[in-house]
Amino acid sequence: MPHIQLPENLPGISAGFAFRPETAAPMRALAHALLYTAGRETDLSSRDRELIAAFVSSRNECRFCKMSHGAAATHLNGGDSSLLAAVCSDFQNADVSAKMKALLAIAAAVQIDGKNVTTELVAKAREEGASDLEIHDTVLIAAAFSMYNRYVDGLATMQPQDENAYREMGVRLAENGYIPPAKP
Amino acid sequence: MPHIDLPNLPGIRGPMSFRPETARPLNQLAEVLLRGESTLSRADRELIATYVSSQNNCHYCQSIHGAIAAAHLGGDEELVRAVKADFENATVTPKIKSLLTIAGKVQKGGKNVLEEDIQAARKEGATDLEIHDTVLIAAAFCMFNRYVDGLGTWQPQDEAMYRDRGKMVAEKGYVALNLGTPAPIGQGV
Repeated sequence: MPHIQLPENLPGISAGFAFRPETAAPMRALAHALLYTAGRETDLSSRDRELIAAFVSSRNECRFCKMSHGAAATHLNGGDSSLLAAVCSDFQNADVSAKMKALLAIAAAVQIDGKNVTTELVAKAREEGASDLEIHDTVLIAAAFSMYNRYVDGLATMQPQDENAYREMGVRLAENGYIPPAKP
Repeated sequence: MPHIDLPNLPGIRGPMSFRPETARPLNQLAEVLLRGESTLSRADRELIATYVSSQNNCHYCQSIHGAIAAAHLGGDEELVRAVKADFENATVTPKIKSLLTIAGKVQKGGKNVLEEDIQAARKEGATDLEIHDTVLIAAAFCMFNRYVDGLGTWQPQDEAMYRDRGKMVAEKGYVALNLGTPAPIGQGV
C-alpha cells in the first residue's frame, strides 16, 4: 500500500506523476533530455544511458526503476537481456566498451556520494575517450536516479512483481521517450 | 578544480550553464517544489532542502538554500543552523519536525520511510500533498547534491556571497534568475 492516496492501479513513478502533474512535467523532461534525445547512433547512445539508469537503480535496489529502464535498455539492445544482467552484476566483465566501463564506475561512485568521484575515475574515462559532455551526463543520470529511486520507494508505490509488466513499458520508453504526447 | 571544463560559476550554476537542456527541467522542478503554490511555506520547504543537503554534506547546496531559507525568515540564520544541527529541538512546528524526519529517511534511502513515520506526520496535520512534496524535495536534493559534488564544482567558502545570492533567489525565484538573461561570468554567487 502506498504511503499516501495515489491514483490506483498505476505502477511505480506513474502514480506519483498522476498525483502531482506540476512536478511530473519537469521530471519527465529531465529523463527525456538525459536518456532519450541522444538517440541510437550517438557514442553514448540511449541504450548506454538506459543501462546506466538501470545500473544505478539496481544499486539503489529500486525494483520498478531497475526493471523499467532495464527493459528499455534491453529493447535498445535488440531484445537481448543478458547485457543488462551482466552490467548490473559485474560491469567490469560485461560486454561493453572500455569507455562505458569507466563511465559506469563514475556512476557507481555518484550513487553513493558525489564526493566519491575522484580525479582518477574521471581521468580514466577521458583516457578511454569520454567527452566532458558524456561525463557530465553520466554524473547527472546517476544523480537523477538517486532522486527517482527515492521518490518511487519513499512513497511506497506499487511495483509489479511480474517481469512481463515491464517489457511493454520498456519498449514504449525506448521508442517514444518520456514526454507524453500533447492532448489534442 | 571541476572535473570537467565548466563555466566559471559557483556550485550548480556551472553545470547548468554548461548544459542548458538539463538546466531547464532542473530549475522548473526546484521552482515548483520550493516556491510553487503550497500549504507549506517557502521557508519550510527551503529548510527541508537545506537539512537534506547538510546530511549529504554538500557545502554549496546547504549554504545557498540555507541562505534562501534565512531570507524567507527575515534573516533568521540561527533557525537554519538549529534545524541543521538538531531539528527536534529547533523552534519549528511538530508538523515540520515530522516532515524533517521523513526527509532524513529519504536521504538514506526511500525504503527507510515507514508507515509509522507517515502516521506521525498525519497526526501533526500533514496532508498527502505535503508528505508527497517532502519526499520529493528530499529525493531531489539527493540528486542536486550529487550533481554539484560529483562534478567537483567550485563551492565558495564566502558566507556573504551566499547571503546576497540567497536574498535574490528568495525574491525572484529559480526560473527567473537562472533561466532568464544569464549573469555575466564571475558575478555574484
